[in-house]
Amino acid sequence: MTLTSGITVGAGRTGLSFRLDGAGFGYGGTAVLRDVALDVAPGEVMVVVGASGSGKSTLLRALAGLLPAWEGRVLAGDEPVTGPGAERAMVFQDDGLLPWRTVRRNVELPLAIRGVPRRERARAATEWIDRVGLAEAAQRLPRELSGGMRQRVQLARALVGAPRAVLMDEPFGALDAQTRADMQRLLLDVLRDTSATVVFVTHDVDEALLLADRVAVLGRTGVKTVLETRGGPRAALRERILKEL
Amino acid sequence: MTGPARQSVQDRPVTRPAVRRGRPQGHPAVRWATRIGCLLVATGLWQALTATDARLWLRFDRLPGPGEVAARFATQLTTRLYYLDLLQSLIRILTGFALAAVAGITVGVLIARSRRAGDVLLPLLEAVRPIPAIALVPIAILLFPTDEQGIVFITFTAAFFPVMVSTRHAVRALPTLWEDAVRTLGGSRRHVLWNVVLPGTLPGVFGGLSVGMGVAWICVISAEMISGEFGVGYRTWHAYTIVDYPGVIVGMVTIGALGWLTSSVVELVGRRVTRWLPRGEGSGT
Repeated sequence: MTLTSGITVGAGRTGLSFRLDGAGFGYGGTAVLRDVALDVAPGEVMVVVGASGSGKSTLLRALAGLLPAWEGRVLAGDEPVTGPGAERAMVFQDDGLLPWRTVRRNVELPLAIRGVPRRERARAATEWIDRVGLAEAAQRLPRELSGGMRQRVQLARALVGAPRAVLMDEPFGALDAQTRADMQRLLLDVLRDTSATVVFVTHDVDEALLLADRVAVLGRTGVKTVLETRGGPRAALRERILKEL
Repeated sequence: MTGPARQSVQDRPVTRPAVRRGRPQGHPAVRWATRIGCLLVATGLWQALTATDARLWLRFDRLPGPGEVAARFATQLTTRLYYLDLLQSLIRILTGFALAAVAGITVGVLIARSRRAGDVLLPLLEAVRPIPAIALVPIAILLFPTDEQGIVFITFTAAFFPVMVSTRHAVRALPTLWEDAVRTLGGSRRHVLWNVVLPGTLPGVFGGLSVGMGVAWICVISAEMISGEFGVGYRTWHAYTIVDYPGVIVGMVTIGALGWLTSSVVELVGRRVTRWLPRGEGSGT
């Protein structure tokens, strides 16, 4: 997709692959994940499911470069992940919007960081704000938005900079059922136009099956199994994932 | 690209709560009447105590009454010297306060964000911080070539520490989520500083500025009383030494009005730049 501003999402940019090889992570002196092995193909939607405390968010923070690996390797493309970068945008569970910036200025932020001229970033932000259905709320502050609207802003902010990967940490976890379904539809709609790789963390198996090309099930000792979601009977897959959890 | 996303019923903007939190605030006219009434009652009490030369352990027989003070005030307002003193004190406090604001915010951020800067600066700052700024007057007289510079230095020192300490705590209290968000959007340390640290700490910084302004007034007036040649503090003390008690109270009222004015400006600017903060209804003035 090419926006009229000339900023592209996906088009001409391949999604980013990830490889975790014997990787271990933790906080302070406590290990959270050990010996994790996982490959994420360019452009695929990989959903990581797991029980609370299984290390889903830790895994995502490691891919984002916010958490260094204790052991093993974490590769984004062919390069080791040494820190955060614009090619790996993140959508947080707690919205992560800057509360003193309006919706528009939050969405413009990645472009401002990149030094995109004011007029061009305003145009790109407008298109994304419209795309996520918030045209009328563009001048509002985050505190004036509902939870669902804030997550829409986060989605627009993550994608406006045309990242090669989007890392989503239970972004719809705190939303009510109806809003969550709307957000899932919006995400699928947006992702259809991008070749960005998506790593999506959730504890909701149905959400995983709806969004994923593949589902990685995280257990106490790391990635237990990775399942293809296309082609097979959904009920059987669901059962299998629940059994692995 | 498909059309704009549909907005669900539950996905609506947050509106003002239907039920107001806390106690009812009352009509603004009633609130103002209460405030003015309180001042009038205090003035009336003052008048009654001085007019009757009351000696109730506290001795009101030598204290000038409000009428006497008002007459002295009216006279003062017609003299050039009054405005010269006022201007002199304002220049001193605004210079010292502005320098303290810049230095306090810079050092507070530096110490909170850099361990090395903390190791270098904190021992010195913590050693100096407990010394009341007014106790530095002898040092200021020794160090600075003019009284003027010494008084600005005292004012600066008084305001610097509240601003620095508030900034430092505000930086440390920032949610890491905001910084993570900017970093995952490609932001460097400089971007985090400009887009997260400085705007995010403004509520705490303005708390420090507000305290700093109050302390700065205490110190500038005290320093003027000790070593000044002009200024409201000097004039107030001078009035005392020539037994001009109404003049003393005119000086006190002037100091109070200037302090209130400058604190209100800080408060107003603080409220304007932190409009993003959720505020309870009726929390305004």
